[in-house]
Amino acid sequence: MQVFKKIGLGFAAMLASLNAFADYSWNFPEPVTPMALDTLHVHNKFMLITMVIFVVVLAIMIYSIFAHRKNKGYKAVEDKVPSTAVEIFWVLVPFVILLLIDFVIMGIPAYHSVVMMEDTRDKATMVIKVTGSQWRWQYEYLDGEAQGIKFVSNLTTTADEQHNVAEKKENYLLEVDNHLVLPVGEKVRILMTASDVLHNWWVPQFGSSRVAVPGFIRETWVQVDKAGTYRGQCKELCGKGHGYMPVVVDAVPMEEYKVWVTAKKAEIAKAGEIKEMTKDDLVAQGKGVYEKNCAVCHQVNGAGLPPAFPAMTGSKIALGPIFGADGKYLKDSHLDRLLNGKGVMPAWKATLNDTEIAAVITYERQALGNAATVDPIVQPAQVKAARQ
Amino acid sequence: MATHSENQYYVPHGSIYPSILSVGLLSLASGFIFNMNNLHFGKWMMYLGAAIIIAMTFKWMGSVITESITGQYKSWEDKSFRIGMIVFICSEVAFFAAFFGALFYMRILSVPDLAGYDADITPYKDFLSSWPSLGPGGVVLGNEYVPPANFKPMHWNGLPLINTILLLSSGATITWAHWGLIKNKRNQLVIGMALTVLLGITFLACQAMEYHEAYTEMGLTLGSGAYGATFFMLTGFHGFHVLLGTTMLIVILIRCMKGHFTPEHHFGFEGVAWYWHFVDVVWLGLFIFVYML
Amino acid sequence: MSTTTVAHDEVHHDHPSGIMRWLTTTNHKDIGTMYLTFSLVMFLVGGAMVLGIRAELFQPGLQLMNPDFYNQLIGVHALIMIFAALMPAATGFANWMIPLQIGAPDMALPRLNNWGFWLLPPSAILLTLPFTLALFGIGDGAIATGWTFYPPLSVQGGIGVDFAIFAVHLLGVSSVMGSINIIVTLFNMRAPGMTLMKMPMFAWGWLITAFLLVATIPVLAGAVTMLLTDRHFGTHFFDAAGGGDPIMFQHLFWFFGHPEVYILLLPVWGFIPQILQTFSRKPMYGYKAQVYSLWAIGALAVVVWAHHFFTAGMPVPALLYFMYSTMAISLPLAVLFFCWIKTMWKGSMTFETPMLFAVGWIILFGIGGLTGLVLADVAADAQYHNSYFVVAHFHYTLFAGGIMGIMAGVYYWLPKMTGNMYDETLGKWHFWLTAISFNLTFIPQFFVGLAGMPRRIPDYALQFAEFNMISSIAAFALGLSQLLFVYVIIKCVKGGKKATDKVWEGAEGLEWTLPSPPPYHSFTEQPVIK
Ligand code: HEA
Ligand code: HEA
Ligand code: HEC
Ligand code: CUA
Ligand SMILES: [Cu+2]
Repeated sequence: MQVFKKIGLGFAAMLASLNAFADYSWNFPEPVTPMALDTLHVHNKFMLITMVIFVVVLAIMIYSIFAHRKNKGYKAVEDKVPSTAVEIFWVLVPFVILLLIDFVIMGIPAYHSVVMMEDTRDKATMVIKVTGSQWRWQYEYLDGEAQGIKFVSNLTTTADEQHNVAEKKENYLLEVDNHLVLPVGEKVRILMTASDVLHNWWVPQFGSSRVAVPGFIRETWVQVDKAGTYRGQCKELCGKGHGYMPVVVDAVPMEEYKVWVTAKKAEIAKAGEIKEMTKDDLVAQGKGVYEKNCAVCHQVNGAGLPPAFPAMTGSKIALGPIFGADGKYLKDSHLDRLLNGKGVMPAWKATLNDTEIAAVITYERQALGNAATVDPIVQPAQVKAARQ
Repeated sequence: MATHSENQYYVPHGSIYPSILSVGLLSLASGFIFNMNNLHFGKWMMYLGAAIIIAMTFKWMGSVITESITGQYKSWEDKSFRIGMIVFICSEVAFFAAFFGALFYMRILSVPDLAGYDADITPYKDFLSSWPSLGPGGVVLGNEYVPPANFKPMHWNGLPLINTILLLSSGATITWAHWGLIKNKRNQLVIGMALTVLLGITFLACQAMEYHEAYTEMGLTLGSGAYGATFFMLTGFHGFHVLLGTTMLIVILIRCMKGHFTPEHHFGFEGVAWYWHFVDVVWLGLFIFVYML
Repeated sequence: MSTTTVAHDEVHHDHPSGIMRWLTTTNHKDIGTMYLTFSLVMFLVGGAMVLGIRAELFQPGLQLMNPDFYNQLIGVHALIMIFAALMPAATGFANWMIPLQIGAPDMALPRLNNWGFWLLPPSAILLTLPFTLALFGIGDGAIATGWTFYPPLSVQGGIGVDFAIFAVHLLGVSSVMGSINIIVTLFNMRAPGMTLMKMPMFAWGWLITAFLLVATIPVLAGAVTMLLTDRHFGTHFFDAAGGGDPIMFQHLFWFFGHPEVYILLLPVWGFIPQILQTFSRKPMYGYKAQVYSLWAIGALAVVVWAHHFFTAGMPVPALLYFMYSTMAISLPLAVLFFCWIKTMWKGSMTFETPMLFAVGWIILFGIGGLTGLVLADVAADAQYHNSYFVVAHFHYTLFAGGIMGIMAGVYYWLPKMTGNMYDETLGKWHFWLTAISFNLTFIPQFFVGLAGMPRRIPDYALQFAEFNMISSIAAFALGLSQLLFVYVIIKCVKGGKKATDKVWEGAEGLEWTLPSPPPYHSFTEQPVIK
């Protein structure tokens, strides 16, 4: 028994040391939407019920374990065969209690939560569309003053942080370049879809999560009641980058939101402008685009991960011709691959703008160990033309 | 060997066939996988595996037949085989249920869903729900759902109807043969079985023609969306079962001619007959849900 | 059925020895032993993989492996543990004990039985081969979609997915063959006088398991076949462009997958009451009620599948239906819990290792089951789903409910199977070490799950670090404890105190009337039950 005592003490010590993380959440994080609040209540209530059941059941059993032992000289008692009436009583009473627990005490609040969760349209004041793709989220505002705003949100945690070379920053794996911005207090209807495989858009503090299914449209809603920045993650296994597509949402007061909308629109308009660029400008901008979007698969140095992900360095496509004699782009050319994708390689025409595509192509052709001589650079105007 | 009385259960002695059979399956499966992934040495593994499987099945069934005709199996063993066969057929029903489930799911849920979204948010704007459906990828344009020019669904009243008649009559002939067996009329038995085999083979030939027509003239392939996938998978797996059934029927026919079965003792015959009836019933399901509706 | 029976097994021939004995055997005990050994080996293999996972999760950052390899490990870990460790263990017991318990000469279809086992090693090879092939530059490793095969990810995946599909096919054939055999044995081989309602509870558990297997495994086979044709033959079952739906795969998969969890536990729910009655020296309480409850669970099992993808989007009535039907499973389970505890109540209990495992099992499985009940709530499931809360839930049911249940069975029947007593002290050590390190591994996972850590990620945000560290350390302790288990078994097989026929003072049932170990041909004469 000495040993068990020791183990017990060790166990207690471990539990006590857990107090060191007292600032930590032992439960759902602080809810900021009506849905999350409701979910938290339901969760707490159910946990309590199940714990009571557990303790009661356990207490009876543990009592029995200590009382009815052979080494205490306890003799087994024959279970009497009860009369039918008694038996029916003993079957019915627990059943009624259980039915009550399952379908009334737990069932009714659960019913209301479901109805609330699925009611995505009623009183919704704006609609956004969220598209999951390997491995980034894309947001599009479908109505209101923000209509037309559309951007991609990429992980910004660096490879060095991930590989323990650099110090990990505070929001390790939970930081992106473009946050989704929502006004506080508005019910936002969210349409969810995906471009390649299943993803799941989830922010724990919002209490809503929904699978994004390619080709189909699923819905959910949020109404953030408290300003702040909220972080979540993709929750459906979507390939090797599954752990690297966080969701970051800024909830801001309406006035601030309006300011953001105006600024964002201006920014997008500026980025969309088509102008002639020099090779160096293209390469410089292309490096950023590449590292943000392409390096997950083709690697920062362009070596790829063959056989699944081809290398950019020395790639026949990245060095080969893009435009035919008629000025149209060729099938299976560098530009074709970027606009339309192929198999696992995503299509980028909906995600990147003309300048970005031109820049990343030029970057791949003139950096990463490549120096293409045919069609050495691509201009945004050429991409724009190619889209038609 | 005839020392066993009715109250002994026959436990066969060790047999190497099952474990070699498993090796054959391993070889077939991995060969198939390699082959599908463009590693063509897989083909040879498949041939080897298939050869092993066929050889072992013959050996194994051979010992069962030997044990049967030397009188090892009495009514007790007979009952085991019967229950076993029934359960096996149940598992086959569950297998087909998966594909029927897929058919219903697509017709009732996913095709209408895909057609039901607001035009400004779905990638499939002009897709209208209808059946047979190639899915939104099959849309040609315009307001109406227009399947690709040469696509036609399979009609029920041509070959399929003939096939239905063929299979139903084969169900009758095998029952007729069974009566012959019970009444110990050898001629009726053999003729009935031979007819059944013939009907089975004709069915397979018709189905081969149907597939040929689908691929060459109707533009109906495995890739033809929801309709093509369910059509070929359901009828294909059914056809595969007919093929197996016909093979077994041929074996049984030979055994009938050799006089293996007695009016009292013929589980081998009945097991195959049940299987054949099961294949029959599945066809009726197919005829109704795949061809007619 | 006849009254007296002689098992006939060509007694005149001698049995081959060495490897040929095992390759060719039709003896239910030999086959049972092979199943159990295979299960133990695969448990270690699956466990070794998960130690890799836990080592990677020890701290944030990528230490040991790239994310793709991580994804391969979790999927193969799960497939191995479920299909190659837990299911074969239950089948092994079925082979060993069902003929003994019902007074049969052997299993009804012995050659089929042999085949059922020998399908397993090829499947295990198919599951693990891609790892090796990748070393030689063929393909990019094993299936990386988790054990659930969800398309379109699995359509995108490499050769490993094909290997897993065929592994599942062979495992499925094996299970269906095993089930046919068990159903036939139970219907046709019972000793005279043993009516269905006198069958041992273990036999009942297995009968319902076998029905569930026959009804659902073929559906899984169909689902992965569609996946295969989507991958290689151009069909569009799971592709919107052709009118298909990725979610349809989830329906098909979980139509099998949910019954599967009861397939894993029904045999355990069968023998746990037998262990309880043995060590309480008192007949099991509520035999009939337990049988009906097992049936109720079996029936409910096939109608609740969609609770695994509540967040995939379903109409409200469907959500409500699946929520309430899932909750209803707690009713028959409550009956079972009640009967188990009532069996112990006012017994004369002793706590040998099997009893320790059985009691520990009740507590830990209780936690697993009750957390399952909470998961059934659709709205809250939006939070729980695919978080570590679910991971903790199913390890409480699968490891505590499944593996620890099996361990109870191993200790209970090992003396009968080997003829030697195991080392009681070491057995108790094994129990306590397992129970404690198990809880330390998985309790923290409840907390990280609630706090918002998704499952199936190789690297995580900093706020989850401490709990993961505890979990990883404890997982290694858990792993080491299992080496003790292996040692106890080997020691017992090699020798030890001779076991009596009855082994346990309170043991009841036909298997305890035979010598330990039972003779090669168990019942040369079928006993008559009054
Ligand atoms: C053997 C395995 C096993 C068992 C027995 C169970 C049992 C149950 N499981 Fe579990 N489950 C899994 C294995 C198992 N599960 C696995 C592997 C997964 C994840 C798969 C994956 O995604 O990879 C999963 C996931 C899972 C989910 C999906 C979660 C998600 O992904 O979002 C849900 C949701 O409803 C669920 C519910 C239940 C319920 C209600 C039970 C019930 O059967 C429990 C019944 C038991 C009790 C209720 C306790 C005892 C009863 C009493 C003490 C009496 C009194 C009680 C009351 C009246 C409340 N399980
Ligand atoms: C029966 C089923 C079963 C069993 C027994 C286990 C056992 C264990 N599981 Fe498993 N697990 C699953 C079924 C099971 N699991 C399933 C279904 C999933 C979901 C997968 C998915 O997402 O698709 C999962 C996923 C899963 C995860 C989540 C991964 C993720 O989502 O990212 C984790 C993480 O901690 C985990 C941990 C463990 C641990 C620590 C054990 C321990 O209990 C293991 C203890 C045993 C050992 C450690 C073996 C001991 C052996 C040695 C130490 C010696 C080794 C030497 C030789 C081989 C010679 N499991
Ligand atoms: C999801 C992973 C992924 C991402 C992200 C990705 N690619 Fe690719 N890429 C692939 C795969 C896989 C292929 C091989 C396609 C094929 O041939 O089947 C490929 C092929 C290519 C090719 C053709 C190379 C050759 O030699 O065949 C080019 C060029 C390319 N990608 C550029 C890019 C650029 C530019 C980006 C970023 C804007 C990018 N890729 C992002 C996966 C990816
Ligand atoms: Cu996207 Cu996981
Ligand atoms: Cu379930």
